[in-house]
Amino acid sequence: MSKLIETAELAKQDATYLQALKELLFQLADDDLLIAFRGSEWLGLAPHVEEDVAYSSITQNTMGHAAMYYNLLEELGAGEADILAHGRKPEERRNGIYLEKRNGEGTYLDEPYYDWALAVVRNYFYETFKKIKLEAIATSSYKPLANVARKVLMEHPYHLAHWKLWMKQLGSSSEEAKKRIQDRINEAWAEFADVLELGSLANDMRSLNLVMIGEEEMKDKWLEEIQSVLVEIPVGPLGKKYGSGRNGEHTMDLEQALNTLAEVYNSDKTAAW
Amino acid sequence: MNKHDEVYAVLKTVDDPELPSVSVYDLGMVHDVVLNEQEVNIKMVPTFAGCPALEFIEIKVKKAVEELSWVGSCHVQFTMEHQWSTDAITNKGKIELKKHGIAPPPENYHPGDKWMVNCPYCNSDYTSMENVFGPTACRSILYCSACKNPFEAMKPVVQPLNLNH
Repeated sequence: MSKLIETAELAKQDATYLQALKELLFQLADDDLLIAFRGSEWLGLAPHVEEDVAYSSITQNTMGHAAMYYNLLEELGAGEADILAHGRKPEERRNGIYLEKRNGEGTYLDEPYYDWALAVVRNYFYETFKKIKLEAIATSSYKPLANVARKVLMEHPYHLAHWKLWMKQLGSSSEEAKKRIQDRINEAWAEFADVLELGSLANDMRSLNLVMIGEEEMKDKWLEEIQSVLVEIPVGPLGKKYGSGRNGEHTMDLEQALNTLAEVYNSDKTAAW
Repeated sequence: MNKHDEVYAVLKTVDDPELPSVSVYDLGMVHDVVLNEQEVNIKMVPTFAGCPALEFIEIKVKKAVEELSWVGSCHVQFTMEHQWSTDAITNKGKIELKKHGIAPPPENYHPGDKWMVNCPYCNSDYTSMENVFGPTACRSILYCSACKNPFEAMKPVVQPLNLNH
């Protein structure tokens, strides 16, 4: 199918198309929401003040990207954007599991023993992947989604460049820095695979031209890019230690994230904002 | 002045809440204005996706246009059909930005390239990038070694891909 679907009303007329489209949008929205939430927990705690400005700016913008996808879902009749972000149960979430992982031990309310190496590796891995996925949907058959992808792609180079620089600098820094980065890379290697996947409707997404390349090609492109920056590539294939977030499988860390994120929303679900 | 021009004249007076004296028109955020008797429909293009000022802008624009005596109601809609880029900022917008110590974005920018701008105060090119991220998503923080002033610049954003459907 090379036909362009220009509006939500047209997308709603084809049940198969609508289902694959919504699934893809939930992945995009939930990925950005969770990594932005973990980023927001770092506010005021980054290694230095310039980084605090940078990381919070990236995080705020990423949250804005998530909001655009939730708005597209709202247009498709999936429910109100705010409720999609705050009110869905863990098993309804589609983010990659690695993105919900806690920043470290403790919480920012008490004693946050967060790990900067995790922040750098996670954000670099994710932003590298985000670019590939966005490019795959920038000419998507669903025009409103393609428009949003093009918008995000204009802002995203700044995010990716930031984390790539951190990776390169820490990768050629002290022995301690190198080791801590390498440990987090090894950990990510065992957990990142589901982020690169499109879930159970992957074939529909590709055949309906919602994405212009399939998940295998996305993964190959990601590996190629990562290998150009990493000093040492872990042996063995990428794993998904805790299952696949694309199928609604998640860890307790997601529950903790959602409870914190939606604490105000849950305290009074009918309040006007 | 016809009604269409009257609406545009108003839009040139509605400032960005975070950039006083720089109008939403001069920032290149107005996509089009459609009149239907007493109803005004304005399509606007958001700057950065994560910009929290968009809602305020929507309210300010609506209120300002509805002040026109012949306008019954004004509807503002942000559209993603067109992507805002810093190339859309008008020359007047660039002059106004400088008055606030914010350098306009560099021209002919290619995504991913390093960029530099002259100091908005003394116009020296002896400047350095302090932080590509600044107080808002659209701004960066720089320093002028000639006049010893810190300043900000609008971060260039342009379409990185030439993708046609």
